[in-house]
Amino acid sequence: MLDAKAIEKTATKIGLKDIKQGKVLSSHDVPNLKYAWDNGVAIGRYLAELKKGKIIGKQCHGCKRVLVPPRLFCEICWKPTDEWTYVKDTGTILTCVVSHINWDASRVKKGQRYHTPAVIELDGAGRDQGILHLIDEIEPYDLKIGMKVKAVWKKPEERIGAITDIKYFKVVK
Amino acid sequence: MGLRRVAIVGAGITKFYRYAQETPKELAYEAAKMALDSCEMTLKDIDCVALGTAPDAFDGVHMNGEYLTDGAGAFQKPFMRHYVGGGTGVMSPIHGWFHVASGMFDTCLVIAEEKMSSAFPHPAGAFLTIFDHTTEQPLFPTLIWIFAIEMHRFMHRHGYTKEEIAQVAVKNKRNALDHPSAQLGAEITVKDVLDSEMMAYPVNRLDISPTSDGASAIILASENVARRVTEKPVWIDGIGYCLDTAYWCNRDLYYPDYVEVAARNAYEMAGIKEPSKEIHVAEPYDPFTYKELHHIEGLQLCKRGESVKMLLDGVTQRDGNLPCCPSGGLLGVGNPIAASGIMKIIEIFLQLREEAGARQVPGKPTCGLAQAWGDLMQVGTVVVMRS
Repeated sequence: MLDAKAIEKTATKIGLKDIKQGKVLSSHDVPNLKYAWDNGVAIGRYLAELKKGKIIGKQCHGCKRVLVPPRLFCEICWKPTDEWTYVKDTGTILTCVVSHINWDASRVKKGQRYHTPAVIELDGAGRDQGILHLIDEIEPYDLKIGMKVKAVWKKPEERIGAITDIKYFKVVK
Repeated sequence: MGLRRVAIVGAGITKFYRYAQETPKELAYEAAKMALDSCEMTLKDIDCVALGTAPDAFDGVHMNGEYLTDGAGAFQKPFMRHYVGGGTGVMSPIHGWFHVASGMFDTCLVIAEEKMSSAFPHPAGAFLTIFDHTTEQPLFPTLIWIFAIEMHRFMHRHGYTKEEIAQVAVKNKRNALDHPSAQLGAEITVKDVLDSEMMAYPVNRLDISPTSDGASAIILASENVARRVTEKPVWIDGIGYCLDTAYWCNRDLYYPDYVEVAARNAYEMAGIKEPSKEIHVAEPYDPFTYKELHHIEGLQLCKRGESVKMLLDGVTQRDGNLPCCPSGGLLGVGNPIAASGIMKIIEIFLQLREEAGARQVPGKPTCGLAQAWGDLMQVGTVVVMRS
């Protein structure tokens, strides 16, 4: 049914240089939008505790999970969560990556360290449940799933109540 | 349930390119017009329009659905847009199915469009804002990170290797050589995949589908209309869709539960008991090599941990027992997000009509499946079709 000749006529192939050299005309814009996101009750407390150098979650008696990041209701049991509970700032790497690219797809420059994001199961939180963070102080390609890690915090006076109050996690024996 | 049978009766698709000169509207028009022409219908015969397009951030047009209406043939007609990230393209026929199965409309033009090349310096940057603004965005994640994170977990749990998974790219890019819309059809080797640029270990460049511009469309019709306009209607016999929690780190990523739920719902509706035997040809979603395998397991087309064996045994080759991505998939044909989902639906439509030409799988298939995935490792969309 698909006619290759007809399909060939549906679109015109151009290249980036055609746009850059003005061979095909284009208009340009950079949207400049700014937002202030309210962090709400549960994440608000999470951030306040991070500022103190602690990681807090919330228990759900229904599914027996400790939810990190904490939320006011459990999305599985669909009921309010129960006690606030501190979890440790140590944990285990569930999965990890050695990224040669930055967020905008540009490449990590020569001499700079590759990014090593990981999903980390925190001690005291649920099994096979983690948070996203970065690992450092290790050769990127030495990183392995199952390694034990510990948070490296910013100095108290530098903390602002953000996930980045933890600078990164480092591998510990 | 009092629902009516719904058939696919026509299909249209543009060429996929990294940069196409055409605007989103122009691409949408080409696909929609081709779909109408394919079943000798005109816009007057269309009762309603269902449109799928993924994040507005790619096209750079806020309210992209409304912007696209004229190219989508939707002026002065009942019109709805749906959006579930990468899962959008297979949600499109599901959305259209509701319109016709409900009895509200006899015909529906279902169209999907994506123009990713408008985002500079690279559309990957637009993905930053899909992550949680407080707990994740400050770490500057990329979409490739979370695929690499999921792929590594999948490999770790099952003991799969990069060499094995690379075979998906070899298969799909070769299949795409026979697809008239294809952007990246090629004969490549496992070594080419492993030697290609490392993006984020374990993901190499050739493990990833490209960014693309393109559009695709199908025409849905109720049984009485379908029998009138074509001798070869292809029936939508099962649909399923499921969304999991956005706390994607709080789930074990090695297995897509949401795909299993969507598939089981679709199979139940279609009366399928043993999917690995009853599905003759499949288009699982393959934006990354490992994703095809991950989804084959979620779709119950094999047991957990056995998808690599299926691949290495040749079962998923075009002449295998359960051909997967005979189109060439996203890895080979290209990945204009929503449009690539309908591309998969069109492939199964053509395979079941035995009109897939050089891509035709042997054995006169009568039952096929297309699936897509999307959002934050979160969405499964499944459509089961029969001739």
